[in-house]
Amino acid sequence: MSIEVKHISKSFKDVNALKDISFSVKEGELFGIIGPDGAGKTTLFRILTTLLIADSGSASVSNFDVVNNYKDIRKSVGYMPGKFSLYQDLTVAENLEFFATIFGTTIEENYELIKDIYVQIEPFKNRKAGDLSGGMKQKLALSCALIHKPEVLFLDEPTTGVDPVSRKEFWEMLKRLQQKGITILVSTPYMDEAALCDRIALIQDGEILEIESPEAIVLKYPKKIYDVGASEMYLLIESLKEYTHSYSVYPFGEFVHYSDKRESFDPKELQDFLESKGLKEITIAATKATIEDTFMELAK
Amino acid sequence: MVIEVENLSKVFGDFKAVNQISFEVGKGEIFGFLGANGAGKTTAMKMLIGISSPSSGKATVAGFDVYKNAEDIKKNIGYMSQKFALYDDLTIKENITFFGGIYGLSRSRIKEKSELLINELGLQDVAKELVGSLPLGWKQKLSFSVALLHEPKIIFLDEPTGGVDPITRRQFWELIYKAANKGITVFVTTHYMDEAEYCDRVSIMVDGKIEALDTPKKLKEQFNVDSMNDVFLKLARG
Repeated sequence: MSIEVKHISKSFKDVNALKDISFSVKEGELFGIIGPDGAGKTTLFRILTTLLIADSGSASVSNFDVVNNYKDIRKSVGYMPGKFSLYQDLTVAENLEFFATIFGTTIEENYELIKDIYVQIEPFKNRKAGDLSGGMKQKLALSCALIHKPEVLFLDEPTTGVDPVSRKEFWEMLKRLQQKGITILVSTPYMDEAALCDRIALIQDGEILEIESPEAIVLKYPKKIYDVGASEMYLLIESLKEYTHSYSVYPFGEFVHYSDKRESFDPKELQDFLESKGLKEITIAATKATIEDTFMELAK
Repeated sequence: MVIEVENLSKVFGDFKAVNQISFEVGKGEIFGFLGANGAGKTTAMKMLIGISSPSSGKATVAGFDVYKNAEDIKKNIGYMSQKFALYDDLTIKENITFFGGIYGLSRSRIKEKSELLINELGLQDVAKELVGSLPLGWKQKLSFSVALLHEPKIIFLDEPTGGVDPITRRQFWELIYKAANKGITVFVTTHYMDEAEYCDRVSIMVDGKIEALDTPKKLKEQFNVDSMNDVFLKLARG
């Protein structure tokens, strides 16, 4: 196992940030920690990168214990924190040079690994890191985290606040790194990104709700889900919530995801009810549960 | 029209951050303002809320001119940013009283509004607790309601749901629908493309210009794709 976490708990004053967390990540796996702000993702990353000590439980990375062998871990992992943490007043090239030197290597030695990321920021290599755009900062931070050829890469919310185009490009980069044999633990609040991981852990309020592959996790949703559409969104949501048999009602893009309490559900009956509420252009069609549906069901 | 914008531009040196954008937003409309990082969304929004003067072009917000009546604009709009703007070390009630005072509401009006707001959000049990101790989702809902305290005609929301859990994100959108239903115009930016689908109309900015503007349904037809995410990827990737 590349990462092994056993019964980790951590509290800050009266906040239980992590409650008895256990999971393991295989070598070469792309593993996602999916959950909203305040779920405990960063605390978990800080424990695994040896920057914080857990109250109880144990963890190892590349078979090194996070407490006893913390120095070995620091040599063999790359960590990209959620907050931009490079030197703002050094240039792009100087930052990279600095991190290579700290880890006793050179840019040339591992250039192959960062090449397709670094070429995108190379035209700006004499610009100070503090003057880069968000997307470029992110690419530089990833290059610096990779320059010593780590066995395991920790990425804490690398795409938060990033637009959908740059997010897609970032995930394509991660897939290529994974093909080079690097184990990747990545956290994100965006549920659509979860689909790109090999396995994911859904986390909320310091607890893991479920660990599965993205394909398998959606099968955990216990009900049939319907896409319901109508002319007026707000009235539609209010009406569906009022319907006696409604089990869950959540807007999803242009439709509302609806599930019914009963085993035998007749769409015609719901259609009549919605019409009586004055709604028009009503459509009801069966659809598949998404990771977000499953998360909301488990988080209830 | 509640917002009218014609050939509005903002130039920094040789860089055209906002390049001759034009659009209108109606009363009670939910208007999605999308674009990649660096496309010029924040610069455009700053001009509309009266804190940055345009380089050229025309714009009126709630009937006030952005050049001449910036102060009147500020009084007639609500604004909420992705960064939480309430005071962590004041209680929920104290924050409401403070912002009510800033907006010039009378004591009796603040008291009345404060009770209404706390009941609506179901915060009765925690009204006397420090805002800093609340989960992010609650803070964002509270922040939204506080931005509506002075009953503005328009509310500007800058990435209001970033990092918020999926259930709260949806509760937040229900608050938006409710406000729009009362006739308040909602101007919102987001990186969640499913939220773009919740808007009445959506504009997409690319390199300082508005490259697309229509209802989500028509944009999907125009680009011949199934989701707003695909519309966005097609446009912004060129």
